[in-house]
Amino acid sequence: MALEDVCGFEETLLHRKWFPASYLEDSATSYRTTDSYNSGLRQEKSVGNNGTPLHFLMPALPYSTTFNRRRSFPVPPANHSVTVRRPFPLSHGTTTLGFIFQGGVIAAADTRASAGGLVACPAVHKITPIHSHLVVTSSGSGADCMLWERILAREIRLYQLRHRRRLSIRGAAKLLSFMLHPFKGTEVCVALTLCGWDKELIYVCSDGARLQGDVFSVGSGSPYAYGVLDRELRWTLSKDEAVSLAREAVFRATHRDAYSGNNVDLFLITAKGWSQRKREDLKEEYYRDMERRAKRVEERKRLTEIDASR
Amino acid sequence: MEYLIGIQGPDFVLVAADNVAASSIIQMKHDYDKMFKLSEKILMLCVGEAGDTVQFAEYIQKNVQLYKMRNGYELSPAAAANFTRKNLAEYLRSRTPYHVNLLLAGYDDTDGPGLYYMDYLSSLAKAPFAAHGYGRFILNLPSFTVRLIDKEGIHDLEKLTSGAK
Repeated sequence: MALEDVCGFEETLLHRKWFPASYLEDSATSYRTTDSYNSGLRQEKSVGNNGTPLHFLMPALPYSTTFNRRRSFPVPPANHSVTVRRPFPLSHGTTTLGFIFQGGVIAAADTRASAGGLVACPAVHKITPIHSHLVVTSSGSGADCMLWERILAREIRLYQLRHRRRLSIRGAAKLLSFMLHPFKGTEVCVALTLCGWDKELIYVCSDGARLQGDVFSVGSGSPYAYGVLDRELRWTLSKDEAVSLAREAVFRATHRDAYSGNNVDLFLITAKGWSQRKREDLKEEYYRDMERRAKRVEERKRLTEIDASR
Repeated sequence: MEYLIGIQGPDFVLVAADNVAASSIIQMKHDYDKMFKLSEKILMLCVGEAGDTVQFAEYIQKNVQLYKMRNGYELSPAAAANFTRKNLAEYLRSRTPYHVNLLLAGYDDTDGPGLYYMDYLSSLAKAPFAAHGYGRFILNLPSFTVRLIDKEGIHDLEKLTSGAK
């Protein structure tokens, strides 16, 4: 995608044949206008010229006429977007969290993707590394998040190629926020938490909110996660304590929230980059917790019996 | 519920804003600053819909600074208030209006202190005191940022907390 853009591929005829009804093209203030940086101001016209020096030459395909004729079914014209009705109600079930401590930044999330009351997929990746020092946790609509993560990765890479330095986390958050702004009021639902190496945690959502903070939890399981985090979170946690706190917060949230569950993913971001902990099935943790409780109840029973017999 | 308040005195303007950034029922930040510094002696306090506030406020902020760079002198508070109102009014009848409520406070070296109230329908009124929000649940809000503007500039005063720490 980044190479496509630098070479100006989108302007060629072939791209238009392959993606005739792409909603991205119709949205006049689409993310492609990062060159002029006016996407935040809701302008109705799009700047077509990318200013790229390279011209991508495509070979003329022998079957190009048949290719064209194949698209004979009605395709909505490129200048008005048709809303596609969803076959099922969207539900934004998830638990993701991120917090900063002395040893870096922790990002944790569950792995359940729900669609209404159905578990669509029990093993989804909600935490995506964008580059070696930036990790993004996503919640909201899975498809939208995947797309916008790719777009963000592309724009950060383009920035790096053009300016020969890495974009800061705040810059990335502002860029993402400005790119999402034209879609405000539409059904795009994206709530990303950018976790960066420079100990910054920024929450960006498709409503337009952009908040920098020390701890964020997003999704239907977030109230439960906040409850656990607010109790124990301190700057002076050790790495192991922080990891176990994040695990516990996600576990408790998945226990109570119906739309979160299955496994927990954990990433630790430090100055050296991100490192991922092995994905852990929370079912095991649940059984361990039940055993611990049973043992405690037994112990208490034993002690009261001893007391009673005295 | 977000709350803004401003009081104009004989040679100062005092403004305060709450520090909560909430997303439906969850308080996401308890130390969020809703005041935007437009220039050395002008502050804009902005509340309203999530993304609109920052987008609109930063747009005004950068334009006021641009004016100073181009012309060498700063916009007066009255001029800044009217510029803001004009922008808000232009977007009001577009497909994408900004839903923001503002208080603009400033000190003009010739005219003295001024407090301007502006709401999301871009009505502008210069008033001796003004507020936005309900204010009934103030006791639930953890703290307020308080600032004072006088002929020396903008001063940060002590944050007001609800009492029990």
